[in-house]
Amino acid sequence: MQITVSAGKGGTGKTTVAVNLALALSESHSVEFLDCDVEEPDAGIFLKPENENSEPVTIEIPEISEDVCTYCGDCSEACEFNAIATFSENVLVYPELCHGCGLCSRVCTADAISERSKIIGEVRRGSTGSIDFYEGDLTIGEPMATPIIRDMKKKVTEENISILDSPPGTACPVIESLHGSDFALLVTEPTPFGLHDLRLSVKVAREMNIPVGVVINRYGIGDKSVEDYCEDEGVPVLMKIPNDRKIAELYSNGVPFVNKFDNWKGRFNQLFEEITRIVNPRAKSVEV
Amino acid sequence: MKQILVISGKGGTGKTTLVSSFASLAGGKVLSDCDVDAADLHLVLSPRVNRKEEFSGGKEAVKDSSKCTECGLCYEGCRFDAIDENYEIDHFRCEGCGVCAYVCPEGAITMEDVLSGYSLESSTEHGSMIHGELQAGEEASGKLVTEIKQKAKKLAEEEGQELVIIDGSPGTGCPVIASLADVDFALVVTEPTESGLSDLKRVVELSKNFEVEPAIVVNKHDLNHQKVSEIEKYAEGHDIPIIGRIPYDSNVTRAMVEGESIVEYSDDGASEAIREIWRKVENKLLEL
Ligand code: SF4
Ligand code: SF4
Repeated sequence: MQITVSAGKGGTGKTTVAVNLALALSESHSVEFLDCDVEEPDAGIFLKPENENSEPVTIEIPEISEDVCTYCGDCSEACEFNAIATFSENVLVYPELCHGCGLCSRVCTADAISERSKIIGEVRRGSTGSIDFYEGDLTIGEPMATPIIRDMKKKVTEENISILDSPPGTACPVIESLHGSDFALLVTEPTPFGLHDLRLSVKVAREMNIPVGVVINRYGIGDKSVEDYCEDEGVPVLMKIPNDRKIAELYSNGVPFVNKFDNWKGRFNQLFEEITRIVNPRAKSVEV
Repeated sequence: MKQILVISGKGGTGKTTLVSSFASLAGGKVLSDCDVDAADLHLVLSPRVNRKEEFSGGKEAVKDSSKCTECGLCYEGCRFDAIDENYEIDHFRCEGCGVCAYVCPEGAITMEDVLSGYSLESSTEHGSMIHGELQAGEEASGKLVTEIKQKAKKLAEEEGQELVIIDGSPGTGCPVIASLADVDFALVVTEPTESGLSDLKRVVELSKNFEVEPAIVVNKHDLNHQKVSEIEKYAEGHDIPIIGRIPYDSNVTRAMVEGESIVEYSDDGASEAIREIWRKVENKLLEL
């Protein structure tokens, strides 16, 4: 079962929920954790993985043999990303714009384009207790997070519970994280910003046909608008985490709060049971 | 004309709180919200939209099933796993590269423009604002950011304003890279938490990569003194000024609920700290 923890707005407690859920479940289930927030991977701060080894993530970008190139410009014409430009006596590739699709080498009639692998980041694998831990890391300055998430998600197994910590927002890296998920657990805070961004997340998950549930973090600040919205929209509120200075302090020191407050382990297990109940009637193969 | 950017790496550290306050403190300027997949600035500034333009930042493959002979060439050609075993195109994954359309011998696939989002030109009580709305789940957030920035710059020129204030997006990927392009100075908002520090380092490195000078603001600085000193040590070691410390202040959320900036809502606490930061930013702008 694949549960993706996501949020429209950053800083609402996505990583907190994902990490604590994974730790609570790992006592009685096989859990794997994937940090898909590859632009700012922070879950490792809380889970402190051991024995990490890393694999690079690459994309294939074009390389031009100037001695056979006829400067016809077909490649530049074909490229949808303006990543290759032809001048009268040279061809320039802009690696940061290139998606590595391979179209330019296909269209080149002079056979002047070969490809080379460019490293854009890495996926690290380690373990935290019984949890299999993966984290993607986008090299600073590289724009495209999606290939890293796509690569990392190939590690997801059907039998285990996979908890994915998605990036914030609703753009392509979030879509890639949600892709194929059985459930989207959306974390928000009870404020107008939280509500606005929650609406966007619910919309995306629904378009992708993924059932949703909400966790309200810092419950007690702000107003009732998130709860009213959830009720009107029929979105279940599965957990409320109070606005508690102790929880905030633990967070600031990189300590998952289930490790300090035992009763929260039970609550996260209940949360998981409710998710299972929501998913089960419609999931393909869930055995938990 | 000068452009300043407010970014954070980590989401939810108070970027929009700062920008909305600057909006009411700064004299002649144009505002620009480049956090296109979770744009929240409008919730505080209640803009009146004067112009809304469609924005298309890319294409998407569309298949005419009646022409498809199920030869599988598109499936083999697509490097983004966007075509499944039944040769159906998954529009959430399609990057619009056009390889499938190129290889299809039956001409069954065409590339169509997608509506990626909108750019909006608005007036607020604190001046003009250019903002964007990314269609939920769309690509091209970086391109939309570039579009918004160009429009904001042009509008500032037309209005004879000397300053553009830009609210950036979280992370380090394409929208952030696009928002860094030719700004004069970046304010990086962080919080004294383990993840705040980790994300701060990444985004500072990014802004240096793009030769934009960063300065740090520590929000909720009274949450964890130990972490504040770690941030200070990091800043000192990298020769980055810390130009402000904002205390935790429950009025920040109250102001948000009321749809006001904190500097309009109250005078002490966070409000006072932000006024002080703005004075320093103004001095900094004079030096540039
Ligand atoms: S590989 Fe694709 S994106 Fe890269 S330059 Fe060639 S056509 Fe453009
Ligand atoms: S346009 Fe490119 S990404 Fe989209 S389905 Fe075709 S080959 Fe795949």
